[in-house]
Order: sequence, then C-alpha cells, then structure tokens
Amino acid sequence: MSDAIDIRRVVKRYGTFTALHGVSLTIRDNEFFTLLGPSGCGKTTLLRMIAGFEDVTQGEILLFGQNIAGLEPDHRPVNTVFQNYALFPHMSVLDNVAFGLKMKGMAAGPRRARAGKMLEMVHLSAFADRLPAQLSGGQQQRVALARALAPEPRVLLLDEPLSALDLKLRQAMRVELKQLQEDTGITFIFVTHDQEEALTMSDRIAVMSAGHVQQIGSARDIYEAPVNRFVADFIGETNLLEVEVASVQAGMARVVLPGGQQVTCPSATDTLGRHALSIRPERLSLIAAEGDMTATVERVVYLGTDLQLLMRLDGGADMQVRIQNSARTDVPQIGARLGLRIEEGAARLLAD
Amino acid sequence: MKGVRHYPGFLAITVLCLVVLYAPLLVIMAYSFNGSTSITTWGGLSLHWYVDVFTGAEAARFGQAAWNSLTIAVIAATASTAIATAAAVAMIRGGTFRGKRATFALINMPLMVPEIVTAVATLIFFAMIGLTTGYLTILIAHVTFCIPFAYLPIAARLQGIEGHYEQAARDLYASRWQAFRLILLPLMAPGVVSGYLLAFIISLDDFIITNFVKGAGMETLPTAIFGSVKQGIKPNIMAISTLMLVVSILFVALSYLINRKGRRSP
Repeated sequence: MSDAIDIRRVVKRYGTFTALHGVSLTIRDNEFFTLLGPSGCGKTTLLRMIAGFEDVTQGEILLFGQNIAGLEPDHRPVNTVFQNYALFPHMSVLDNVAFGLKMKGMAAGPRRARAGKMLEMVHLSAFADRLPAQLSGGQQQRVALARALAPEPRVLLLDEPLSALDLKLRQAMRVELKQLQEDTGITFIFVTHDQEEALTMSDRIAVMSAGHVQQIGSARDIYEAPVNRFVADFIGETNLLEVEVASVQAGMARVVLPGGQQVTCPSATDTLGRHALSIRPERLSLIAAEGDMTATVERVVYLGTDLQLLMRLDGGADMQVRIQNSARTDVPQIGARLGLRIEEGAARLLAD
Repeated sequence: MKGVRHYPGFLAITVLCLVVLYAPLLVIMAYSFNGSTSITTWGGLSLHWYVDVFTGAEAARFGQAAWNSLTIAVIAATASTAIATAAAVAMIRGGTFRGKRATFALINMPLMVPEIVTAVATLIFFAMIGLTTGYLTILIAHVTFCIPFAYLPIAARLQGIEGHYEQAARDLYASRWQAFRLILLPLMAPGVVSGYLLAFIISLDDFIITNFVKGAGMETLPTAIFGSVKQGIKPNIMAISTLMLVVSILFVALSYLINRKGRRSP
C-alpha cells in the first residue's frame, strides 16, 4: 500500500504560540484516518495545512510523494468538507455540487450529469434545484459531501462534519461515511473531538493533544493499549490507579495493587517506581470472594444497557465498574463490600 | 417597563422635531404646484412650474446642469464603488498588515474633515498642479469624497460574510479571482449596490466642494439652483427641488430594499 500523505516533523507557529510541535505521521492510500483530540490540540490546523489554507512553519508535507509546500489550495488534489459546510448560499444544490467540476474546466453537459450522479449517491436528487438554505442540516451535510467528492479528489478532508447534527443523524451518518469511503476508495482524513466517532469509523486514529501526536493506531490499539495517561483518559472511560512497579521485563510488569495483591500486566514503560495503571470499568468483574482488590459500593447509576457502579477501594481510591444490565444481573446493594477481579490482560501500565 | 411613548413630553418633542424637519419640505412641495407667480400667495393647483422647468427661460441652463450632475454622479459613483470594494476586501480579507489602523482612519477621514476645508484644499491642490477647473476637476473631487460613503455599506456587508465560502471555492479549484468573482462578489452585492446608490446621491447633492472646483461657466444642478436663487426665489426652483427630492427618496428606498433583501439571504 502506498502512502497518501507523509507529514514530516511539521511545526506551526502563530507568533509566539506553537500550535504543532514537530508532528510526524503517515497516512496510507485508501485509509480512513482520524485526527482525534480535544479542541486546541492542533488537529484542525494540521488538516488546514494539508488543504493549503495554512502555511507550514517548519517541516514538510508530502502528498503522494510530492512536497506540496507553496501549492495554492486550487492546485492540490484534495477537497474539504467544512465544519459548517460552507455551501454557496446563492447557488442551487446542483450548482454547488458542480462547482469544482466547472472550475476544473469540465463541459456543462458532463458536469451536470456527474453532479446529478453525486446527488443520487447522497439521496438528494429531488433537491437539485433548491437553495442550500431550504435544506435541513443533515441534507446540507450530504450536499457538502457530494460537492467535495464530485471532482474525485485523491484525499478527502473532513473537518468535524458531523458535529452540527443531532445524535440519531450523527450515528446514521457514521455508517454512511464509512460505506462511502469504502465504495469510493478515496483516502479520508477525518477530524473530530468525539472519540466514539473516531472509534466507529477509522482504520487508524492519531490521538493528539497540545500540538503533539500522543499515539497512532487502530481503534482497538488505542482503546486497549493506550501508551499514556492522556490517551487512556481521553478514549473511553478508565480507572487510573497509582501503583508501585515491583519488576518489569519484556513489556510485562509486576505491579502492587492498593490492597497489596500483585498482578502481571502489559506495560508501556520499562522503569520501576510509581506509575499509573489503567483499568477499563467494563473489564472489572464483581465476585463474592476476595479478588484482586476489595471495594465498597457507594452509588449505582442506571444507564439502560449497563449499570455503572461507583466504588471505593479499601485503600481509599475511587473505582468505576460497569456491569451489563441483563435480567440475571444481581444489582449490588449500596454499602456492599465486594471483591474486584481484573480480567486477564485488561490492566495496562502507562508510561506517564 | 413602560414604553418610551409614556414618558412625559414625548408627544410634544416628537411633533416639534417632525415639524422642524419636514414642514419646509412639505411647503416646498406644495408650492411647487402653485398656480401663482408669487412664492407666498396660493394661486390654485397647477403644473405650470414643472412645465416651466423643462420649457421656460432657464430650461436650457438647468438642463445642462442636470446632465452634468447626472453624468458626474454616475461616473463618480462607479469609480468610487470600485475603489471602495477593493479597499474593503483588502481591509477585511487582507489579514493583519502594518498600518491597518492608519489605513482605516485614512479611508474614513473625509467623513470627519469639514467639507469647506476639503473644498479649499482641493481647489488649491488643483491650482498647484496646474489643472484647469471644470468638469474634470469636479469629477475627480467627487470620486474622492464618495469613497468613504461607498466604503461603509460595502465593508459592513463583507464583515458579515464568513471567510469559509472563499476557502471552499479555492478548495474546489477556483483561482483567487474566480473565488472573488463567482462567490464573494455575489454575496457582497447588496452592500456594493447600497454603496453605489449612496455615493450617487452624495455626488448628486454636493454643493460646497463642487462650487469651489467647478470653474467658470460649469454648473451642476445644486450650483445652478444656488445661482438662480441668488437673484430671487422663483417658484420653478421649488419644482426642481421637489424633483430632486423625489429622485433622492427613490434611490434611498431602493438602497434600503436591496439591503433588506440581502440580509434575508446571506
């Protein structure tokens, strides 16, 4: 598989503020790649640099092997779906979709035919003659997608395109976007702060924070094997326990839990001393006997599919546990003292 | 809270303001239909003075002056609108550049400088560079002082248009010029038209600067009216004034309507 985009030690400064501190990452052709992070982490800046709206202060960006520094946005084979869609308000839906083709010099006949086909693809053929303002948010979103895909870009950039939609529509669009990416075979670079969006659609995810890439990997990698506190905490929910490392060897560590029990777990660090141990709430189970740790139930939160138990360890630390809400579930009583068992390999020692 | 209408004295002040503002205009309009040759006694309803404007002794003089006013207003409004549009794009889309505040002040300064000062300065300037006063000097002066008036509505409109439309156009393979012509200019259009109409009215109406730089024998409508009034007010002046008033109201109304339409569909 060839590389669509190669970002090499890219730095972006605005005056004295540094938005990106030497970011390097490679995006493969035909990949659904997500830049995930909280607002202000630099993900949108990076996307805008690929599109050509921001200069690169230092470093280089290669697009299919070609350095694109100095290329104006209209000379880059990438198209963008903007966060607020940026549909041209004075043009019909069809003219919006056909705009890129017109600029590329395609004749009126084939242009209208292709734009019509794109509208068909996003199920909006009936709305071709409307103005954007006459469409709902979800429909505008599809027009923006059709418009960006019509000129057959080699890379499609999506800047939080789902953030303005309501929950149901957002969930439906996730599936549709992924399907569209697979059907067209175009490389998608998707920017979001929503970890659920990232996990459900992406082939690979780059987790960013404060201008640094924290971790790159598949959804499973970053969820199950986070390298540091930030990633563990940002992706999903987790319990972070301060533990003493007794020994560490070949990526496995022996750690002392707050109750004094010892467990072996995968480790992202190879130094002894105190480190954070991440345990996902759903990877803990409650047992009547003494487990790896002992804790008291303080509160039970009903979440529909799950029950969330807020517990306090004997050592004093808070723990969250999630159990499935099935008909056979015994709902624990508040104040009950129970054993906690960590599933095999579910705990992970973090680097920092 | 009570509405402003319930404050004591509201009605009296309102009536006073309206009378001071509009009574003279109403008198002029009414007396322009006066059948009598006197400007103070009413001699019945008549279109006599409107006929006189177009066929009377002064018809040729006023006709030439009106033609001068109209052509100067069209050319000055066109030129100043083009310049103001370019200035607005540079100021609002040009990012930050050194001297931006100073530029903003320079563009809008003519609104603050007393017109008589500008008039004298402009006349001296033309004399210094050896330009003979006449049609051309009026035109240059009008283009200049119309720019800030055209700039205001255009800049206000552009400020309300977010930058991502042009970015989307550039992203979709439009050159800078195409993005401006096909996307930004149509979105700015209500502001541009509004600025054009404002500049047109300001030019049509100007007296002080025009009077200084017009040179001998060259008249615009306002200077011709002033010249005529100096020899005593005749009712035909009221007819001409009423005609100008109607034209002005039409233009202002048009400007307002276009702006309102633009605001509804950004």
